[in-house]
Amino acid sequence: MIRTPLRPLARILKARDRGENPQAIERENLRLRHENMRDQARLRAESRLFVLGVFFLGAFLAVGGRMGVLANSDPLEPRSSVIGADILSTRADIVDRRGRILAKNLDTHSLYAQPHTMIDPEGAAQKLAQIFPDLDADALLEDFTGKRKFLWIKKKLSPEQKQAVHDIGEPGLLFGPREMRLYPNGAIAAHVLGGASFGREGVSSAEVIGVAGVEKHFDDYLRDPANGHKPLQLSLDLTVQAAAEEVLHGGMKIMNAKGASSVLMDIHTGEIISVVSLPDFDPNNRPRPLTAADKDKDQSDSPLFNRAIQGVYELGSTFKIFTAAQAVDLRLVNPSTVIETKGPMKVGGRTIGEFQNKNYGPLSVEDIIVKSSNRGTGRLALQIGVKRQKEFLDSLGFFQPTPIEMVEASGGRPLLPARWTDLSAVTISYGHGLSSSPMHLAAGYASLLNGGTRVEPTLLKQDGPQNGPRIVSPQTSQAAVKMLRKVVTDGTASFGEVPGYQVGGKTGTADKPKPRGGYYEDKVIATFATVFPASDPKYVLIVTLDEPEIIGLGKKRRTAGWTAVPVTSQMISRIAPLMGLRPVVEPATLTGVTLTSQ
Amino acid sequence: MTEMVYGTVPVQSGDPVLPRWWRTIDKWTMSCILMLFGVGLLLGLAASPPLAAKNGFEPFHYVQRQMFFGGLAMIAMLITSMMQPSLVRRLAVMAFGVSLVAVMLLPFFGTDFGKGAVRWYSLGFASLQPSEFLKPAFVVTAAWMMAASQDLNGPPGKSISFMFCTFIVVLLALQPDFGQACLVLFGWGVMWFVAGAPLGLLICLAGVVVLAGAVAYNNSEHFARRIDGFLSPDVDPTTQLGYATNAIREGGFFGVGVGEGQVKQSLPDAHTDFIIAVAAEEYGLFLVLVIIGLYATIVIRSLYRLTRERDPFIRLAGTGLACTFGIQAMVNMGVAVRLLPAKGMTLPFVSYGGSSIIAGGIAVGMLLAFTRTRPQGEIGDILLRRGH
Repeated sequence: MIRTPLRPLARILKARDRGENPQAIERENLRLRHENMRDQARLRAESRLFVLGVFFLGAFLAVGGRMGVLANSDPLEPRSSVIGADILSTRADIVDRRGRILAKNLDTHSLYAQPHTMIDPEGAAQKLAQIFPDLDADALLEDFTGKRKFLWIKKKLSPEQKQAVHDIGEPGLLFGPREMRLYPNGAIAAHVLGGASFGREGVSSAEVIGVAGVEKHFDDYLRDPANGHKPLQLSLDLTVQAAAEEVLHGGMKIMNAKGASSVLMDIHTGEIISVVSLPDFDPNNRPRPLTAADKDKDQSDSPLFNRAIQGVYELGSTFKIFTAAQAVDLRLVNPSTVIETKGPMKVGGRTIGEFQNKNYGPLSVEDIIVKSSNRGTGRLALQIGVKRQKEFLDSLGFFQPTPIEMVEASGGRPLLPARWTDLSAVTISYGHGLSSSPMHLAAGYASLLNGGTRVEPTLLKQDGPQNGPRIVSPQTSQAAVKMLRKVVTDGTASFGEVPGYQVGGKTGTADKPKPRGGYYEDKVIATFATVFPASDPKYVLIVTLDEPEIIGLGKKRRTAGWTAVPVTSQMISRIAPLMGLRPVVEPATLTGVTLTSQ
Repeated sequence: MTEMVYGTVPVQSGDPVLPRWWRTIDKWTMSCILMLFGVGLLLGLAASPPLAAKNGFEPFHYVQRQMFFGGLAMIAMLITSMMQPSLVRRLAVMAFGVSLVAVMLLPFFGTDFGKGAVRWYSLGFASLQPSEFLKPAFVVTAAWMMAASQDLNGPPGKSISFMFCTFIVVLLALQPDFGQACLVLFGWGVMWFVAGAPLGLLICLAGVVVLAGAVAYNNSEHFARRIDGFLSPDVDPTTQLGYATNAIREGGFFGVGVGEGQVKQSLPDAHTDFIIAVAAEEYGLFLVLVIIGLYATIVIRSLYRLTRERDPFIRLAGTGLACTFGIQAMVNMGVAVRLLPAKGMTLPFVSYGGSSIIAGGIAVGMLLAFTRTRPQGEIGDILLRRGH
């Protein structure tokens, strides 16, 4: 690099010689240098400013072009800014097997307030309190004069209430259209239907969501608009259900029971025609579920508790038919094989006793069922063995919760012994040591008695029989029906006879277990499991009474024969005609009857 | 004789102020600014009544205020544009000192008006945002320093101004006001570029930025999500951006009609950050293109006039002012059309805002003062060339 001096020595010396100021030479050089630099800088800046100009031109063109593209495109689907406009309130109806309505949506209105648009908050609050006695005028006024800009007042209004509110003439009181769930039959089939409440709520609509029962299980289906409002058809029969509830309610009162349940099942299709659990509730006004605050109360005493599906009980001697049928099916015995039932019998260190310490002596297998001998079935169970007994009960569905289409079904998980010993096998053979729901029992009976194929309970209407896997041979199934029929004609369930409907069944009286182990002396679960008509079995009916007690023949009676059986027979006499069953006259009973014109 | 009797006739050196001003001012730029101000008032009539209704004022409360402050801004602009560049520089350097102190004192005396960032002094009838004044004052001061550094034996002005720039950026980022911080940084960068930043260094810087961006995109999920969200063609129609985009689409080429727009009801910042969406909805692409054209004319014409400027200070200061002005408009509109990620920046002269419009008036006044036609010694060039 060549450095050009600002003070060239030759010029400076010359200037000094001439007596001039040498600073002037430096200043002159500096000025020239600056001018030179300035021109160079200007040239460089010119090109850089040009770059900047192009940058800005390009940027503004890009913004303008983008504006043009946007302006030329279609606006998006205009969305309402109202919150909840996308809430679908539709919900399909639920009907019974004959199309009668069990649950339906009904148009209604909710009431809300926008206090900042109110003219006379005080008057509005007072008039509202007059229309709705449950509202408090002072609390309303506080809300109306406070900071809130929006508040719900009522979720559902009747047309009369709506008109009355309308007549107040307050512009700050507004109605939100919505649909509500209505159960026109009130408490009938309450546990099956469950109930519904509001989900997401908006001003213009609110979701109706199922909270229990089939409403919750089929919530997605019912709310899916793609189904086109096709109603959900259940297997229930409304009239049968109503009759069953009426009879069971009466029976529960007469027998002084604190609860009762019944399950009526078609043994071929698996359809539940009626399922009752008492006490019940009105799904239109579902009671508050028990919370942690009520922990001293028994959950199973709540009316919301479904005894037929959620309640698991030791169902007692009703299990004996499974033992007998399996023994027959395994060809260990036939119904007339005689078994010694004399005591004492000790298994695993425990004595197996009979009801009221009876001693029956040698009994045929059929008579073991008819007389309900614990030791007899116990001996059969020992012959069958633990492994085969477990397999058999598993194949009948006693190891899993029932597959019924209700959210509560998973709560009805059977209680099985931790270790399945010989003692367990013996006690389970007469229904102790294994707890299951009445629905399990109904499914087990149906599978055993329909010719021997597995059938699973369902709440949806079916088109034909379920052809499940075979469990026992048709002959065994027939023999089991015959034995059960004999229990009614000759045995412990003599009150169960319904003329013309050939009821067969097995009683079961199980002592209730105490919460802390052991059994109550004076509290029982009385069960009567029936099948009818015996000549061509079609239906299984399980009736269970919780803690029944009645004075019969001067004594306190708690056994199923005195409690559940009469209720069942009454129920069958009511519901069998409703289901179109014709009474048949059994040939055996014909003898001795004289047909005369009256 | 007459002179001896009555004294000399006062002689003015040069021609009178106003005619000279009128002759030398960039009339195109000035008329564009006046038109922008008019457009701002027109859009204020449309955009601000919902806000006024919400805050319980008369419907045109904000328009009246805008007119008042805008009038002040126009006067400030005219007065500033009449000054000599040296006077402008002197005043601007003083204003820089004052406003820098004001910004530094903000944490002690400022208020945030409940918006989470302490940027304002409350004066009762109006609020004052000192950073709005700091911005143009800093540009002029930095230009002065850079120009001085170009002289032989001059001070290291580039480094000093960069230190000031960093200090201001940190101050603003602490408020936090990243928009203003970016503007200050951009203004300094543009001046540095024009003052002759080495090309190699610029390329290195660009490479570092790209590399850092790529690393951040690959390593930071948050950053990547924001960029992806910005790049994706779908926009959630319930966000501010969604409303703005829909408003532009609704407007089409000629708009939905005066007063018919809906976006001003749903956008809280319709009168400031998203006023271009109001313009697009009610008056259509037509007015938007006019507005863009006005900004582009101001910036590009100013830059063009500055290319002929010999004085490095005037060139740099003018470049810095024109570019900050232009970039602010560009970012504001780029956000509305989703060319740029969301950043709250007002549209100069069009958006509502008291101190910002006055500061803007002073800034363009200075710009006009710098872009006035003045002798550039062309005749000297010609004569010298002939002499060679």
